Amino acid sequence: MATLTATPTTVQLSKDEILRYSRHLIMPEVGMEGQLKLKAAKVLCVGTGGLGSPLALYLAAAGIGKLGIVDFDVVDFTNLQRQVIHGTSDVGRPKLHSARETIQEINPNVEVATYETRLTSENALDIIREYDIVADGTDNFPTRYLVNDACVLLGKPNVYGSIFRFEGQASVFYAKEGPCYRCLYPEPPPPGLVPSCAEGGVLGVLPGIIGCIQALQTIKLVLGKGQTLVGRLLLFDALNLKFRELKLRKNPECSICGADPTITELIDYEEFCGIRGEEHVTPSKVPEITPLEVKKMEDEQRPFVLIDVREPHEFQICRIPGSKLIPLGEVPRRMHELNSADDIVVHCRSGMRSAQAVEFLMKSGFRKIHNLKGGILAWSDEVDPSVPKY
Amino acid sequence: MPVRVIIPTPLRQYTGRKEFVEVEAKNVAEALANLTAQYGDLRRHLYTDDGKLRSFVNIYLGEEDIRYLQKDQTPLHDQDELSIVPSIAGGTKLRCICR
Ligand SMILES: [Zn+2]
Repeated sequence: MATLTATPTTVQLSKDEILRYSRHLIMPEVGMEGQLKLKAAKVLCVGTGGLGSPLALYLAAAGIGKLGIVDFDVVDFTNLQRQVIHGTSDVGRPKLHSARETIQEINPNVEVATYETRLTSENALDIIREYDIVADGTDNFPTRYLVNDACVLLGKPNVYGSIFRFEGQASVFYAKEGPCYRCLYPEPPPPGLVPSCAEGGVLGVLPGIIGCIQALQTIKLVLGKGQTLVGRLLLFDALNLKFRELKLRKNPECSICGADPTITELIDYEEFCGIRGEEHVTPSKVPEITPLEVKKMEDEQRPFVLIDVREPHEFQICRIPGSKLIPLGEVPRRMHELNSADDIVVHCRSGMRSAQAVEFLMKSGFRKIHNLKGGILAWSDEVDPSVPKY
Repeated sequence: MPVRVIIPTPLRQYTGRKEFVEVEAKNVAEALANLTAQYGDLRRHLYTDDGKLRSFVNIYLGEEDIRYLQKDQTPLHDQDELSIVPSIAGGTKLRCICR
């Protein structure tokens, strides 16, 4: 494998650094030469979430010279189950601030550059250009295609990781030496075919494992040692603890790295991924009712039926008293349990799944039906704070 | 000839949570046809309306992408293993239809 960085002549290790990196220095695969390469290397970490946390932590500990981190998010309590670069006292703070502090606590020799922004088509090339390697820890489709295309256009390797529940994927997309992400998947799934939140969730340690694999790939690219995942897709099944490997080939017809590319500059990735507009259209199309209006109906003892279309395991976390559980996927075949003469209020966690249920039921002839605006989260905020949010 | 089709996590909700399904098939097209005959809800996740395999779903025979073998006419043999490998993105809130 080609080494990304030539043996640097300008950087040196201090006495303190020699001590700090001694376990690297005494192994021939790294040694002084490798450690100096790490110190000369510039790596951009996109995101400091589940994947980005272990990635940035291990790259910092390993002695990467310059670490760029991109994030615009704020730490919240639901992050702490897996985003180990942030702590409990960081909740409410910008992720970049806590990430920078943690990195500098681990290794003050690392130069940290922070970009408090969303990576966009406007800024991506300018940000990425400064770096030798990009590691994408964001795990969402628009950023993934953006990072892929920017890296192909700039000729940089893109260290990829993705997770879903208890399954992970990792690879290195490097169009100079092998396939890119578009060679593997020319297009993202349309929004309607993406598994819903109810099917989402992730085992906290899984991004830890995949993020560490990304860190390992990054370090090997810098060292020019071993076999990286260029041309290979690693699949990890955490439940059965199985690793599998698939061969990736460069697609000669790839729209960005193929022989006759149709994409020659960055595009609008939210539009490409079918996101724009979709979020706003679905919930507002159906009749809505606010939590306070429902509370008023309850207080005035006006009869209505409250249907919860979340999944059974969500129902176990919290529920609105008196609600009946019919998971979204079961609505079509359990529709007969509902009477179209009743006033019906449908809710889910935040109001998106229930909007789908209301839309479906209206098509099936239900007229006296409303979607609870903001779901059980809004119910907790506006009516009953004893209902836990998740 | 039974072949094993490995179902990825996001699609297991359409196969009654099964991690793999055994089907009888001479080639990939037949294997997927038999699979979707058993689990009808899988169909729209694997194929477009005009019957083409979706561009975010890849099918592997062993470790080879069938796009670089004989596509859906790739012959299958007893005990072959087919994997359905869709693109995944767990970190996304943007893409989620229910937030
Ligand atoms: Zn490509």
